Amino acid sequence: MTTSTKAESSKIKPFRILIYLVLIIASFFYILPMYLILATSFKQYSDINLYTMWELPPIFFLDSCTNPYIFCFDSFYEAWFGSEAVIGMGQAFMNSVFLTLPGTFISTFLGSLNGYILSKWKFKYADVIFPLILFGMFIPYQAILIPLTITLREIGLYASIPGLVLVHVVYSIPIATLIFRNYYASIPNEMLEAARIDGGNIATIYQHIILPLSPPAFVVVLIWQFTAIWNDFLFAVTIVQNEYQPMTVALNNIAGSFVVEWNVQMAAAFLTALPPLLVYVILGRYFVQGLLAGSLKG
Amino acid sequence: MTLKWERDWEKIVGFLFVLPSLIAVTIFVYGFIGWSGWVSVSNWKRGALPDYSYSGFDSYARLFGTNELYASGIDAKRFRAGLRNVVWFTLLFISACVILGFILAALLDRQIKGEGFFRSLFLFPMALSFIVTGLAWRWLFTPGDPNIGKTGINLVFDTIGLGFIDPNWGSDTIYFSQSWGLSLGVITLVVAAMWQLSGYTMALYLAGLRGISNDLREAARVDGASEMQIYRYIIIPLLKPVTLSVIVVLAHISLKTYDLVVAMGGEGEGFVKDVPALNMWDTTFGQARFSQGAAIGVVLLILTSFLIIPYLNYSIRSEEEQ
Repeated sequence: MTTSTKAESSKIKPFRILIYLVLIIASFFYILPMYLILATSFKQYSDINLYTMWELPPIFFLDSCTNPYIFCFDSFYEAWFGSEAVIGMGQAFMNSVFLTLPGTFISTFLGSLNGYILSKWKFKYADVIFPLILFGMFIPYQAILIPLTITLREIGLYASIPGLVLVHVVYSIPIATLIFRNYYASIPNEMLEAARIDGGNIATIYQHIILPLSPPAFVVVLIWQFTAIWNDFLFAVTIVQNEYQPMTVALNNIAGSFVVEWNVQMAAAFLTALPPLLVYVILGRYFVQGLLAGSLKG
Repeated sequence: MTLKWERDWEKIVGFLFVLPSLIAVTIFVYGFIGWSGWVSVSNWKRGALPDYSYSGFDSYARLFGTNELYASGIDAKRFRAGLRNVVWFTLLFISACVILGFILAALLDRQIKGEGFFRSLFLFPMALSFIVTGLAWRWLFTPGDPNIGKTGINLVFDTIGLGFIDPNWGSDTIYFSQSWGLSLGVITLVVAAMWQLSGYTMALYLAGLRGISNDLREAARVDGASEMQIYRYIIIPLLKPVTLSVIVVLAHISLKTYDLVVAMGGEGEGFVKDVPALNMWDTTFGQARFSQGAAIGVVLLILTSFLIIPYLNYSIRSEEEQ
């Protein structure tokens, strides 16, 4: 096996060089916007110029002595603390944390319970109910926004973080249930039958057999929910436009306000992107699994 | 295969476990859809105070311009522009993601050094918010001033010898035909969306490729098939289910696209970048025209359902066959 692939690869060397060439060109395409965000956010406003936007911040140049500054964090400072016109990303960051953490944990836990019942304890019509739940993850939320805002006003949760948490929990039930249901379907029923003979019931089996087997699915769903809730804009902008706005809304406001400079906008964009990026870098493997599970055919 | 319900109380407990979710989905999905439908035919035309008395399908008539007055109205104009754009956007975005995603996956599948690095690099935009993506690309698409020099992406094109590509991305240019043509604004949306989601397509295809046994390719090679023929007659047909998933997932994302358009500057001059999802939000929450906004939401839902319901049907059925 190894010898045959070796022989093959030496035979088609030019072709392999072409492959690497294409991959490297593609890499530039994916790096480009990120490079621009970073390069711009480390510049000072006086150095921002549309015609030099691709240039690195002066510190990276050898002749930067003419205009010396060491890693300019000014734009981050300004983005983080905001101004009179716009909420700072610091405050929005805390809002996003208080929104994303409860939303992620509650929806994941609900998904686990639903997945357990819908895969292992199917009641009558469970197979009819499941696709009806799934439909909820594909709807354009524009079709429910009006009743949603009215209802949140009625129950006093409009324009608040708890209201936004509730919305995210409810609309992530389908995807969380789907991933757990697919995962639990792969746990052999014999294990559960054996536990039953030993006197286990629906609750103790969940606690002692299902939960200990669940960490991989939990990691996948937690990551998925974290990025989805952190990155959401539609619900947030519809429900919370006040001082409780999360980072995506704050970023959009900073971008829309004409008084905020590009370097500050890009610093704010980088700050917004950082938490999900860190999760991606650290737990990338599970992130991919979540993507695959999210496409239905697990 | 599931466990047998032997004890009555377990039946109740099991149902109670899922009951909160069931109630929530029933109200927040189905109840709210019905409610939106009612708003769209109600007298709640303007302002924050609801009026649920029945009015008729006037808001739909305005969207589709069913009479001369409505046909020349701004609602019909904007809605048609939005439909035109979302159709172009969906077609181009899906084709771009499928082609680029498949090529990248096929290349990465050939025992590449640094495969993990490339894979992570192609996939990381998926972790970002559309607001971040849109903001970055909005700046990249700043066209610059022809008298002073090129900026952004046009400058990149110029540097790599493709200087003839230098459109004014922010303009209201529409190609082919004014009423159903492809606007320049939509192309900017496609590029940004492709940047964000082609890695996702790549990941799906790569997982699919890894599932195809090497023996199959070996056998084809022994039979004298060329590499191209192997892809053409064996691999691509075997990846059909992946392609179907990709198309459905991306299509529903593109029909729902809202935040990307907002971050890239909104509907644009002459609605060149408008999409129904954005139109709905502006009409409802920007202009406080609730029945009109609800009607757009309902049409959007119907469009999406044409895609999703057959897909759910297919998925559930193929699951049962397993």
